[in-house]
Amino acid sequence: MQLSTQHLLGIKDLSSQDISLILSTATQFKEVLQRTVKKVPSLRDVTVVNLFFENSTRTRISFEIAEKRLNADTINFSASSSSVSKGETLLDTVNNILSMKVDMVVMRHSASGAPHFLSKQLPKTAIINAGDGTNEHPTQALLDAFSIIEKCGSLQKKVLLVGDIMHSRVALSNIYLLKKMGAEVMVSGPPTLIPKYVSEAFDVRVEYDLEKALKWCDVANVLRIQLERQNQVLFSSLREYNLAYGVKKELLDKIGKEIVIMHPGPINRGVELDSDVADGDGSIILQQVENGVAVRMAVLYLLSGKINELRTELA
Amino acid sequence: MKTILDKKQLELTLLRLAHQLIENEADVKGIVFIGIQPRGVKFSDRLMSCIYTLVAKDNIQYGRLDITFYRDDIRKQLHEPNQTDLNFSIEGKKVILIDDVLYTGRTVRAALDALQDFGRPDSVELCVLIDRRFSRQVPIQPDYCGKSIDTIMSQEVKVSWDRECVELF
Repeated sequence: MQLSTQHLLGIKDLSSQDISLILSTATQFKEVLQRTVKKVPSLRDVTVVNLFFENSTRTRISFEIAEKRLNADTINFSASSSSVSKGETLLDTVNNILSMKVDMVVMRHSASGAPHFLSKQLPKTAIINAGDGTNEHPTQALLDAFSIIEKCGSLQKKVLLVGDIMHSRVALSNIYLLKKMGAEVMVSGPPTLIPKYVSEAFDVRVEYDLEKALKWCDVANVLRIQLERQNQVLFSSLREYNLAYGVKKELLDKIGKEIVIMHPGPINRGVELDSDVADGDGSIILQQVENGVAVRMAVLYLLSGKINELRTELA
Repeated sequence: MKTILDKKQLELTLLRLAHQLIENEADVKGIVFIGIQPRGVKFSDRLMSCIYTLVAKDNIQYGRLDITFYRDDIRKQLHEPNQTDLNFSIEGKKVILIDDVLYTGRTVRAALDALQDFGRPDSVELCVLIDRRFSRQVPIQPDYCGKSIDTIMSQEVKVSWDRECVELF
């Protein structure tokens, strides 16, 4: 029983067996997290460094808790308080950290492909992508899938991704994962935020009318407007975006169907998602966060299976 | 291949163990039965159905424990975890761990480790179907044992619940 990959760089590289294995392992870790003693000793000989070159609340805390629950030693690194601000390169920074005998690297970077670059330079470390630019955020897609299964019983559902499909790494990872696991996927949002060839490239439906899209779906994953990644004007104002593509209670009431509402966080309340929907009955946003720890424990646990091979290669 | 227990013997062994497990207990409410995943549970399920014929089922607490995350060979080989299902407290109880084959003792060591995370039992006892004597790597011995056998490392004990027998290969 092992994953087919040494790193978790993206859902793109995973097989459907890998995904099933991660999700089933996460179920067992979720049980561990319900106990009074929420720790297991599986990773007590492993050191993990959390390299965050970009801001993060949920993902960083979630990874750190997951590592601690597995008894791993953790080191936290954020670019703003490090020698990166003195001009050290990515490779130098990581090489210096690895020379202190670190086994796994959890990494977030604003450049797409940064973890892929590192994995080529450092073949003897396990690298986990915690979000790279506009490319992938694999653990988020895994925890979304886990949450959908937990709520709906299976992944054979109609899943809608609403919002900034163009800049969202959560969208891309979710599309890869859901298609691999046999879900039906639709994307919705303003045409300027939906890549032109998305339906051809990924075999997903595109619907520019949010009401029609919501009528179709069982699960709506509402994505954040990634203002920090948009370097041109793609819609006229946040208020106008909210009027056309914000998920609102009145709209959901009008459709009158039970739709599971998800959001990867952080929520721009009143932009892509209104407060009464985010905090409403159909919302599983906080369960997503809770499941994130179990899913990340599963990823760390499964990738740690290769550590010994890497260590012996080194010796 | 050698048959260690055939269908009839297996049935008698199960009944004997069931009687032994409860013979000294005036009140079974103080006992907690825990099968070790995955193969120990197949044995404990059968054992419990024998015990249920002797004592009312409602009075008995029975759970399943997965020890995958506590194994000491985790860096050699990764195992797929199974479900842990202990929805009661073991605090101050007499815990009876149940596994099918006791060999090196390392699984039971991991189980003792795992139990600690659920509370502090009054005592822990071990019940196994087959004890492979003289092959222990840690100081662990069974309190209740179906059958003790002498084996060498290259041999393998297989408990088949479909065909209801125990065989030595």
